[in-house]
Amino acid sequence: MSYQIGGKNLKSRFFIGSGKLPSYKIIPAMVEKAGVEVITVAVRRIDTDARHENVMDFIPEQCVVMVNTSGARSADEAVRIARIGRELTGSDWIKIEVETDAKYLLPDNEETLKAAEILVNEGFYVFPYISPDLVTAKKLEKAGVSAVMPLAAPIGTNKGITCAALLQPIINEIEIPVIIDAGIGRPSHAAQAMELGADAILANTAIATAADPLLMAVAMAKAVEAGRMAFEMGLLTEKDFADASSPLTGFLRRGK
Amino acid sequence: MIDRELLAAEDLFKSHQTAVTRTELMEIIGKDYLDRTDYLTLLLAGDIEVLEWMARRAHKLTEQYFGKVILLYAPLYLSDYCANGCTYCGYSAESGSYKRKRLDVKEMRAEMEALKRMGFDSVLLLTGGDRRKSPVVYIADAVRMASMYFSEILLEIYTLTREEYDVVRDAGASGLTLYQETYDRNLYDQVHRYGEKKDYLFRLEAPERAIAAGLKHINIGPLLGLGSAVHDMFMAGIHGDYLQRRYPEVELSLSYPRLRPAGTMAGPSDPVDDIRFVRFILATRLFLPRVGVSISTRENAYIRDHLVGLGMTRMSAGSKTTVGGYAHSCSRPGQFVIDDARSVAEIIAMLRQRGYRPEFSNWVTGIV
Repeated sequence: MSYQIGGKNLKSRFFIGSGKLPSYKIIPAMVEKAGVEVITVAVRRIDTDARHENVMDFIPEQCVVMVNTSGARSADEAVRIARIGRELTGSDWIKIEVETDAKYLLPDNEETLKAAEILVNEGFYVFPYISPDLVTAKKLEKAGVSAVMPLAAPIGTNKGITCAALLQPIINEIEIPVIIDAGIGRPSHAAQAMELGADAILANTAIATAADPLLMAVAMAKAVEAGRMAFEMGLLTEKDFADASSPLTGFLRRGK
Repeated sequence: MIDRELLAAEDLFKSHQTAVTRTELMEIIGKDYLDRTDYLTLLLAGDIEVLEWMARRAHKLTEQYFGKVILLYAPLYLSDYCANGCTYCGYSAESGSYKRKRLDVKEMRAEMEALKRMGFDSVLLLTGGDRRKSPVVYIADAVRMASMYFSEILLEIYTLTREEYDVVRDAGASGLTLYQETYDRNLYDQVHRYGEKKDYLFRLEAPERAIAAGLKHINIGPLLGLGSAVHDMFMAGIHGDYLQRRYPEVELSLSYPRLRPAGTMAGPSDPVDDIRFVRFILATRLFLPRVGVSISTRENAYIRDHLVGLGMTRMSAGSKTTVGGYAHSCSRPGQFVIDDARSVAEIIAMLRQRGYRPEFSNWVTGIV
């Protein structure tokens, strides 16, 4: 069951980040065992003349590299980093990250929108990382981005889907794919994100800091699949009480 | 502003109630957000059992926010000329018996090429505190040359004016390391016998001038052992907290070199043993979870290896603290004695063995 995103046909709805991994050597195994197709790479971590490890050498050819602008503090910096990222990787998938708050690492939606407008015009497939705000998401959609990436909780916190009430309107109202990014610490969080109707999720910390990153990647991938399957099937709604034995509207059936 | 903030912190420090129970300490460790009093309480917590719980929490926070990654950088000493009379430093004008050196363009290039061959992409350029011998234009030239080799260029130099920080930023500098040395003003005045560095406030406010000029990475810290270590740690934490709140866009890190016998001083007045040193690092991680912690080769291999995963986020490797030390081995005196003399390859092997990834790149070449 493939889906369309950023001009590509993908099967996997589970994207991984590379920044916190204990070794890049496990990337090919994650691609093979967890079916990962999209890997994010921070431009600030690409060492063009690396003598030790260069992340780009470990990403299998069939994978999509999503370049991120991590460390950018303004729209202008994000745009410049994105251009350099495309030069270095050959990929035109850009995840815009503008963080003007180094304490919680929360995205700056305003600067992100500015950068998105410029990068879409330059022909990039743009994936903005945002705080979950429907109004911003709408503006981004109008600007022509390929997906929106709202966070579920501050990055690295593993706190899970802490703001479903803000994510749900975005999923309901936005026609382009919604990728839930940041905060997903467990497979159950990943499944929950997919049950809400997200098109994909992205995780890094939860995998990188697991006792066995590869096994955790596999577990996450399965949870993503399960959550998606359930969403497509249509979830049963929760009930607060059992069916009333004497229906309140029974009187309307009088005489039938 | 920072001045007033520190004065308020002094009051907190003086009125602090030191008697706390283990239960109270455990409650602090379990908090999501620690306040300043909590931080001070942890700095003082002598209970070794509690130290273990601090370590577990610090380990978790460090992995959460920084991943299984340690950034490796190298110091590059440009000049050891110094016009300041700091009683604790091997470079001080007081230790005048050796011939000073300043790298010329050719020597600079040789040093940078040697570091590049070792794989470094983050470099810390250092000079002694002498504006005549290593003027701002000289430093800016060095930065410009470094920007052809390295993506991250940090400076550890004498304090500059706002306009001068603009000059080094325009040349390509990405960050600044600046040690206040001690937050005890009287002591500061005593140990800085003469020279520009004697101006406490000009130094205290320098990180903010650098931030105003657009420098992205700021590293601050005390020289542990010079004054009361807990006091200086506390004030450095408050200084960090202040910078983080006021300038949230800045990437902040702290480091705490421990004073070794050097200069004309016999040794630290308040020596910091390994247990206290580790406690300080853990307390900082709990108080400021997203702030980087950098540990240099001043510390020995045993301590540095065990700090991986306990709060440290950056370490130097294969360091030479002598001017011109990478391209040519020499017997010149360094700023301090290196305790961890392992090669870059050995550090990399140690990190990998501990399940960590050595990271060399931290910024994007050409983005200033």
